[in-house]
Amino acid sequence: MKLPEVAGLALAFVARLITGAQGHWHGAPPKAEQRIYFANHQSHFDWVLIWAALPHDLRAVTRPIAARDYWTKTPLRHWITREIFNSVYVSRERKEDEDPLEPLMEALRHGDSLVIFPEGTRGHTGEPAPFKSGLYALAQAFPEVQLIPAWIDNVQRVMPKGEVVPVPILCTVVFGAPIALQPGEERRAFLDRAREAVVALRKVV
Amino acid sequence: MTSLRALSTSQQVGLLFVTLFGILLLATLAAFARSIRESTEAQSALQERFARELRAVWVGALLFWIAWVAGPLVSTLLFGLVSFLALREFVTLTHTRRADHRALLLAFFVILPAQYALVGMRLFNAFTVFIPVYVFFAIPVISALANDPQSFLERTAKIQWGIAVCVFGMSHAPALLLLDLPNWHERGAFFVFYLVVVVAVAQGAQELASRRLRRRPVARAISRSFSWRAWGAGAAVAAAVGTLLFWTTPFKPLEALVMGAIAGATGTLGEFVMQALKRDAGVRTWRGRPSVTGAVGLLDRVAPLCFAAPVFFHSVRWYYAI
Repeated sequence: MKLPEVAGLALAFVARLITGAQGHWHGAPPKAEQRIYFANHQSHFDWVLIWAALPHDLRAVTRPIAARDYWTKTPLRHWITREIFNSVYVSRERKEDEDPLEPLMEALRHGDSLVIFPEGTRGHTGEPAPFKSGLYALAQAFPEVQLIPAWIDNVQRVMPKGEVVPVPILCTVVFGAPIALQPGEERRAFLDRAREAVVALRKVV
Repeated sequence: MTSLRALSTSQQVGLLFVTLFGILLLATLAAFARSIRESTEAQSALQERFARELRAVWVGALLFWIAWVAGPLVSTLLFGLVSFLALREFVTLTHTRRADHRALLLAFFVILPAQYALVGMRLFNAFTVFIPVYVFFAIPVISALANDPQSFLERTAKIQWGIAVCVFGMSHAPALLLLDLPNWHERGAFFVFYLVVVVAVAQGAQELASRRLRRRPVARAISRSFSWRAWGAGAAVAAAVGTLLFWTTPFKPLEALVMGAIAGATGTLGEFVMQALKRDAGVRTWRGRPSVTGAVGLLDRVAPLCFAAPVFFHSVRWYYAI
């Protein structure tokens, strides 16, 4: 076993010790199909939680999105996001001739699964903000990839904004039934439907 | 009985575990044999529940065995881990606020390890006063420093109570394991065994009695099955079983009877209190699965021990004046 693998297992163990990281699958079993998981976003811990809740063999093919400027700044950050998580880097500042979604499309063409937080930023009200349009573009470009909604519960209590050490509190991730873009469906309608699919999972917990 | 007394301590403890695992193995085989027969829906639900309980007993028994084989250090660590998991569940169920963050960090990462370190070093006086005196003082100070007056007393009380039950109470189990009584060296495992068996028997007897007697529940909103008569029956059966097990302890039969009654009575009351807590947190079990994030079911399993162990421990210490 190589160092990143060992570090990954250790990290997953710590995440489970602190949060339990229970994954509940309602509507789609955990399978090695190509998928885009989309979830509510309340904490920096969200990605680690989803990742730890996935079965071990799905972790290797499921990739997060990381902001290039922040996560490549120091060698350690770069190493963690590249070697352990195999992140897809995106740049936050938009240039004229560049599609910000291109790295994601590239990963999907490659056959990988992605985890995205379509709110774009962390919320702290408990209610997810309206979804940004990236999910729609990905659904249009890759109709064969399953779109799985996920609700992350309780994580905001683990590490509130401004704190660095997480408190051990149990969290769950509920994965729902896949949704698909209907023929001719409007962008806004689809994004609202996707958001409702995420919110509906809150009651399942 | 005399031939048993002639064995060395470790042989006796070994025999204890062989017996325990033998009984568990028989129960598991019986459950398996029943499960492959055809059964109605109600029966299979009952079997499933039995299998779940049996699994918990297996885990508990293995825990005790590892604790005994690996010696005081590992057993203290092991109980510390259980304590950590129980406190994690407790904190999840009681809704804490953002300002509690520092106090919770203190509870999980300073107080809990310190308490178990005190147990491991057999500093029984320090271990007895550490949480009721020093932690009782430190937690409200840290909470107040967080600069959030909203429901300050409730929040502090919740954290204090969680620490008292999950850390202070639980830490008395390894303390029993390490307690050195006159003429009873290195046989703490029997003490813990005695306590666990007596408490488990009391729970079972109370459950059966409440089904048979169908008395009016004392507190319907909290438990549909808890009545004084059933509780008394649980304590009485615990006392009887405790008396039968007197040879595993330094007690004389009459002492074993009283200690068994104390352990059984406090254990079942502890379980009752935990039900109240779960009601407060809105936990309902639905098709055998709890309905709220964080209700894993560890807390209800260890609660009887958390409540019975301190009372039992201090009764023993007081009685033997050590």
